[in-house]
Amino acid sequence: MPVYHAELLVYLRPDLLDPQGRAVKHALNTLGFHEVEDVRMGKAIRIRLQAENDSQARDRLKEMAEKLLTNPVIEDYRILSLEQEP
Amino acid sequence: MAKQNPETLGLMPPEIQVIRQRMGREPNWVEWGIFSLNWSEHCSYKTSKPFLKMLPRTGPGVVVGPGQNAGVIDLGNGWAVAFKVESHNHPSAIEPFHGAATGVGGIIRDILSMGARPIALLDSLRFGDPYTWRTRWLLSGVVSGIGFYGNSIGVPTVGGEVRFGPDYQENPLVNAMCIGLVRLEGLKQAVTGKPGNLLILAGAPTGKDGIHGATFASIDLIGPEEEKRPNVQIGDPFYGKLLIEATLEALEIPGIVGLQDLGAGGLSTAPPEMARRSGTGIELDLSQVPLRTPQMTPYEIVLSESQERMVLAVQPGVEEQVLAVYRKWGLEAQVIGRVIEDPVYRVRFGKEVVADLPMDLLLDGVDEVPQGPIGSLSTGSATSTHTNPHRITPQPSTWADLLLDLLQDPDIASKRWVYEQYDWSVQTRSVVGPGKGDGAVLWLKGTKQAVVATMDGNWRWTSVSPYEGAVRIVLEAACNLVAHGAKPLGITDCLNFANPQEAPTLQEFEQVIQGLRDAALALGIPVVSGNVSFYNQSETRRIPPTPVVGMVGLLEDLERMPQANFAQPGNRVYLWGSPQADLGGSVYQWRYQGTLGEFRKPITKEEVVRILHALLEAIHRGWIRSAHDVSEGGILVAIAEMAIQGSYGLEIPAMDPDPAFWLGEAPGRWIVEISPRDAHLVEDFARQRGVPLRFLGTVQADPHLSLSGQTISLDRLRDAYERTFPGFFEGRDASTQ
Amino acid sequence: MKAAVVVFPGTTCDFDAYDALKEGVGVDTEYVFYQTRDLSKYSLVVLPGGFTYGDYLRSGAIASRTPILDAVRDYVEKEWGFVVGICNGFQILTESRILPGALTRNHTNAFICKPVGLRIANAETPFTEEFEPGERLSLPIAHADGRYVADPATLQRLHKNRQIFLVYDPENPNGSVDNIAGITNEKQNVFGLMPHPERFWHPWLGSDVGIRFFRSLVRRVRHG
Repeated sequence: MPVYHAELLVYLRPDLLDPQGRAVKHALNTLGFHEVEDVRMGKAIRIRLQAENDSQARDRLKEMAEKLLTNPVIEDYRILSLEQEP
Repeated sequence: MAKQNPETLGLMPPEIQVIRQRMGREPNWVEWGIFSLNWSEHCSYKTSKPFLKMLPRTGPGVVVGPGQNAGVIDLGNGWAVAFKVESHNHPSAIEPFHGAATGVGGIIRDILSMGARPIALLDSLRFGDPYTWRTRWLLSGVVSGIGFYGNSIGVPTVGGEVRFGPDYQENPLVNAMCIGLVRLEGLKQAVTGKPGNLLILAGAPTGKDGIHGATFASIDLIGPEEEKRPNVQIGDPFYGKLLIEATLEALEIPGIVGLQDLGAGGLSTAPPEMARRSGTGIELDLSQVPLRTPQMTPYEIVLSESQERMVLAVQPGVEEQVLAVYRKWGLEAQVIGRVIEDPVYRVRFGKEVVADLPMDLLLDGVDEVPQGPIGSLSTGSATSTHTNPHRITPQPSTWADLLLDLLQDPDIASKRWVYEQYDWSVQTRSVVGPGKGDGAVLWLKGTKQAVVATMDGNWRWTSVSPYEGAVRIVLEAACNLVAHGAKPLGITDCLNFANPQEAPTLQEFEQVIQGLRDAALALGIPVVSGNVSFYNQSETRRIPPTPVVGMVGLLEDLERMPQANFAQPGNRVYLWGSPQADLGGSVYQWRYQGTLGEFRKPITKEEVVRILHALLEAIHRGWIRSAHDVSEGGILVAIAEMAIQGSYGLEIPAMDPDPAFWLGEAPGRWIVEISPRDAHLVEDFARQRGVPLRFLGTVQADPHLSLSGQTISLDRLRDAYERTFPGFFEGRDASTQ
Repeated sequence: MKAAVVVFPGTTCDFDAYDALKEGVGVDTEYVFYQTRDLSKYSLVVLPGGFTYGDYLRSGAIASRTPILDAVRDYVEKEWGFVVGICNGFQILTESRILPGALTRNHTNAFICKPVGLRIANAETPFTEEFEPGERLSLPIAHADGRYVADPATLQRLHKNRQIFLVYDPENPNGSVDNIAGITNEKQNVFGLMPHPERFWHPWLGSDVGIRFFRSLVRRVRHG
């Protein structure tokens, strides 16, 4: 079965407070990066998986995200990249 | 704004009728929103208030009783202790990490609102079946969340309890208690003072967090998860820490009249509550509120439950000084309103008035809503579980095997996996921390004194009998403090129940309150603060009545504190207290019979109190080398714990074959260790005071328990005691089934 | 002599360090806010534990970019006295490159708070002079990011110069390389450690062994 490399990006939902992002934004402003208006911190997750094809890999990743990798109550995610191993 | 139905905000039709009648006009949507929060069960205590009045609230040391952010008791040395417990059950059920974290943050700010420095946290947790994925997810999330907030903010988590029962499966309980210290002259209250005073909003900027969180806490957890998405608040312990330091520094400024945490309901509830206590009105200008999310509507600003915010009432003229302190600590602070004579809660956005409500209707109108008699309530369809799905059968046949098995029961097993994730030693007061002893012992630096604190609940007891169970829980909490030589001072209670719109719940509630009252009166101590959490039920299951008692006491001399473990080979070990105890409601009954059973007879409160005072006196005289309260698992587990915590064994030459003696549970019983030199004195003393004292065995240097000739090494006991919690997370099933 | 306890936003162990120095050792001690730029009047500067700036981004990362760290660097270079970083203070010292290596997530992936067994690996530093070589002791730890890591060349240098003064023994609670619990710089005027000596400053707290570290420094300051 083909092997895929996937990258998922997980962020707190945009309307929720992100304390880490807030602290980092404040620090950047203090260091003179006044142009910084907003910082949101998230997680990137790399997964190597077997799948029949692209769309099956995508479906399984979606299931993983919903079942374990994110808490949909507070987090959104997207699949940043999905590539078949050469 | 489109006309919407206020029932969607959780208001009941008779409540809507009273509001319309008394207002004489149709309230606008912002006003309906403000009513819905102030009239929610969570904020108004509308169902529980008539019952709570039965509890004793006053006493010799009480400085501040119920109705404030926290109760305060005088320690007699210029200092006072402020303490309160609060539930965060519903938020933790859907997002355990942030739900528990914001619960911790909220209770810390309640203590801060009294002008006190928070010095310790305790948590009482209930979960469902530990052998399910959901429970492990909830347990690990809640523990991480408590640790995240408590550790980061620098307040040690020094004690608490974790228990499991089948009916907490959908409705876990997260009850957090905070203790603070305040100089008597620095004590503050949540008042506005005179008209003309200014209101300052300080802390984190306001975002769209948790709008309608309090309403949400007052409804059953049923229906699709999607609808609950907007309610989750995220706590920021870093801002929480800044808020503590900035607020305690600001309170040094003369001219600060009062302050209050913004908790459930945010600006819609806290300022009116402050005004009520001073008999004034309030006018706010929402356009002055610092925002995190641009372009929030007045409705969102006034209802936001963004965390890490406080309201301060200050005399005009000092506001710039106060703002400067908050800004020094990197926090937002702004004058957002003023105290007015008119008894109204008026909210403007710039020039536009967006809400104008009579104070008495807003705060007390809910009491005018006619309540039907209990008999008219439905009996409900959710049920409680009275049999143990994980019953162990047959029960182990020898004392040694029985003990090794009991030590693995999730309710008895070591909670090391939990408490080592909490910073329990920061602030350098923790003479006795979690996992050792019966309560947390917190040194009052500069003295030989210590504040001792415990949290206790027992759903098996209150399932057997709500009244009798509640009596026993209060006495049990007192026994925990006395094991360390501390005199009980006061109670804070967290009352977790199912749906009060159903008759069985309300009956249980009333019986529990009566039990708490009678036991508190017998001990002669007040209930100075507390919290009620209703609607802990799902479609099919309701939680058992779960009162959790937080109790605080004072230990006068740390040098006379008994140890928690066996101290010296050759010392004599006794049972101090009645040899009679109940198997009904015990872990033994539940684990091996799979049932709750019955209490044989009610506990004699006065006798327990007499025995308890005699033990305090014996400790004060320096006779008690070590002491441990007998609780879940009875005498057998108590002696094993005293051995495991230290390095000495115990030899019990002859075992009474009656399981009720070794495994029964009832308050008013301790294992005590006495030097042979003092044995006669103590035996005479006990006889004079009418304290039953029964010799059990002798401490031995050999690290084994010897039970009627069967020996078990302390290492084997430790292994059994420690394995259960790590087992939950290693895919190893600690159940012997 | 005077000691300074530096307070950053989010510092939590400042009171404990203050009490240990003032009550435990008897040194004149002051709190110093993180905006201070001059530390020259102090013989000892303690960067206490805590969660500076929430430890968001990385533990100690944001605090290490504040101006007081320039003052600390200057203080170390000019050898005005001793700098001790405890727990988060140690993380700030590695984040600012004043001490080599880095402190990363515990191998248990959890915050852990308990007393741990330790051994004095070098009793000839100004911070450990009151101890016997190889002496065993116990101190509390309370951290999530305490796993010390460094590249092989740095490790070799640390060993060669005997810069590792404290190691976990027998149990390594966080997965630190070579059981490292505390290191000093080459000049031996900066000390970083994950365990909390300031929490064991009174017998009622479990032990007062922690004040022996500070007493060693004080003796060195007073008697050279």
